[in-house]
Amino acid sequence: MSAQPGIPSDESLEAFRQRTRAWLEANCPPEMRQPVVDDADVCWGGRRFRFKNDAQRAWLERMAQRGWTVPEWPKQYGGGGLSKEEGRVLREEMAQLRCRPPLTSFGISMLGPALLKYGNGAQKKEHIPKIVHGEIRWCQGYSEPGAGSDLASLKTRADDAGDHYLVNGSKIWTSYGDKADWIFCLVRTDVSGKKQEGISFLLFDMESPGVTTRPIRLISGYSPFTQTFFDNVKVSKDNLLGELNHGWTIAKYLLTHERNMIGGMGLGASPQSLGQLAVKAIGLSSGRLAESALRTDIARYEMDAQAFALTMARVAAEAKAGNETGAMSSMLKYYGTELNKRRAELAMSIGGTDSLKFGDDHSDVAPMWLRTRGNSIEGGTSEVQLNIIAKNVLRLPGN
Amino acid sequence: MSSLVLNDDQWIFRDAVKRFAAERTPVSQMRKLRDSNDPVGFSRDVWKEMAGMGWAGVLVPEEFGGVGFGYLGAGLIAEEIGRNLSATPLLSSAVLGVTALLKGGSDAHKQELLGDIASGTLLLALATDERGRHAPYAIATRATGTAGKFKLSGRKLHVLDGHVADRLIVSARTSNDVESRDGITLFLVDPQAAGVTIARTSIVDSRNAAAVELRDVIVSSDDIVGSLDKGSLVLDAVLDAGRAVLAAELLGISQEAFERTLTYLREREQFGVKIGSFQALQHRAAHLFCEIELTRSVVVRALQALDAKEADAGTLVCLAKARASEVARLATNEAVQMHGGIGMTDEFDIGFFMKRARAAAETFGDAYYHTDRFAQIAGY
Repeated sequence: MSAQPGIPSDESLEAFRQRTRAWLEANCPPEMRQPVVDDADVCWGGRRFRFKNDAQRAWLERMAQRGWTVPEWPKQYGGGGLSKEEGRVLREEMAQLRCRPPLTSFGISMLGPALLKYGNGAQKKEHIPKIVHGEIRWCQGYSEPGAGSDLASLKTRADDAGDHYLVNGSKIWTSYGDKADWIFCLVRTDVSGKKQEGISFLLFDMESPGVTTRPIRLISGYSPFTQTFFDNVKVSKDNLLGELNHGWTIAKYLLTHERNMIGGMGLGASPQSLGQLAVKAIGLSSGRLAESALRTDIARYEMDAQAFALTMARVAAEAKAGNETGAMSSMLKYYGTELNKRRAELAMSIGGTDSLKFGDDHSDVAPMWLRTRGNSIEGGTSEVQLNIIAKNVLRLPGN
Repeated sequence: MSSLVLNDDQWIFRDAVKRFAAERTPVSQMRKLRDSNDPVGFSRDVWKEMAGMGWAGVLVPEEFGGVGFGYLGAGLIAEEIGRNLSATPLLSSAVLGVTALLKGGSDAHKQELLGDIASGTLLLALATDERGRHAPYAIATRATGTAGKFKLSGRKLHVLDGHVADRLIVSARTSNDVESRDGITLFLVDPQAAGVTIARTSIVDSRNAAAVELRDVIVSSDDIVGSLDKGSLVLDAVLDAGRAVLAAELLGISQEAFERTLTYLREREQFGVKIGSFQALQHRAAHLFCEIELTRSVVVRALQALDAKEADAGTLVCLAKARASEVARLATNEAVQMHGGIGMTDEFDIGFFMKRARAAAETFGDAYYHTDRFAQIAGY
């Protein structure tokens, strides 16, 4: 049997698996095979990132060297150049050895795919290798105080000043804006036509004069977001991604990636079923959880969560088979985040007053409950997702 | 785990099924059967044609004259039956009856019956329920006797296609208490035998069901399907097969009721605009879309798990039957509500979907039953 070019045969895929396993075993430090406990265990990279230990640094450097921080990106820009099948094998082998992701970043999960699709040669050459190696940490400048669900009404301006733009305005809900090195930012470059048609996509350094950030403290006690202010920030015209006034297309493309990420967040994060947690906390009576109303809600959640996981798998399989999957990212974002919220509420109920611990008496149940409230708001609210499904999938009339 | 998408053969089979069901057994045919008070309740001629396409023998191995397309194949048919509300003995004979024979039938049973079932000339029916609320082991029907002869006495309810069946599979207690899973035995019973009385029951979805009265009906040990006192092993498999296939039918009902409702939302005007432009209705429709998509995933997975005889097939069937029942309830209620007044009329078809959804949900355990069972399997 002759293999098609570019599609590895089962035999060469098996050889790749063997090689990969051996390499991972030799190169993944033991500390990097422990479960991730908190954010300090996550390697975000960037100019100011402090590695928790040498193992974390070595693991990033070794993986980045082979481009395996982004296994399926093209080799030309430092990516791993693997086929989809090889990428899958690598992920499976990493899961098998419990290897942590060497690098987690918005450069990888959000900007990178947009850069590869819309960037010019110089932009790809400049920015992608730094994402691959975790040298530059990116943040996203989308929402504004006056532009939340109605994102396209954004007002941050970039005015043409000859060889550069002058950016003025403010962004809000910038994830880790105070830790990021560069920002990818939606700006208004035309006010004459439809609001979606005067938006451009700019990249610039957060150390530029005129950029300031202020952290926002959330109800959960965490401060993962900032408000970001721009006061006459000079941005070179080389840093315009795609065409002038065509940034909305890129923004939507990138949001799809973000939604898939948020929708899938609840999965895999829960090693223990809620049912088992409840048995420990409450106990059984005649073989059933002693509180029957709570038991029913837990079972319904567990069933919906399993149905959702199977749907993620089915959508992936349909896409792989080349079948139409429609605007599934809105469905996954909507349903996944609502499930996440249900899980957190049930976890609170199971613990009762124990789950109220907060602040100094640190427990992650209450902060997690509070944090998940935002899941159905960030990246497009549940209501916006339902609007998108109604319009793009169900083809219901507009008003 | 096999892929959750259909392969080429399955697509071809599905397209043929889809065409046939829409052309030969559309909702209007079911309405005609109801209005004429048809004594059979489905068309025997159409069932023979369906048999010719492999429907009656969908689970029957090729060596016995079937097509051996498995539970996924049966589910593909059931989904189209749900979309068209087609009246057929697929569930009673081709799924419940055939599964019982495949899991517990003797070689003689298989030789005698499977070929005729697959050709559509012989019908089986499962006579097991004795209570309205699903309770599979609550069997008070007794089989008493010695030396290979038994006498059956009891009363069976909701026997699907019972009044037209050529053979009944009857569950009876041969030992233990009424609620016990142990001590149940399955028998093949000739409905013409002395002591058998069958009365057709008129039910809300206009489908076939019957009450079967057994009074000292004589059977022999040759008629046992499975083994003495261990009939639950076969019965559980039969019920799970029925539940998974009903879940597929419920999926088809949900999908069809939903699509008809979307069409209505795009066309109906009030206040000078299409009612589908109202966000109050759009959000409910979009939510329902998600629920139906999730249901499709679990139904396909449960059918595949039965075919592959996976260890957790029971859990997946539970999940599929619970979710499909609940989502079909939502889909058909939303359908009637969004159609407004016309949805309440008998002249309009949408109400049929709600009636059938309720009947299919109540058969072999609804969402409440299977949610409880899911939690039990999971150890809480």
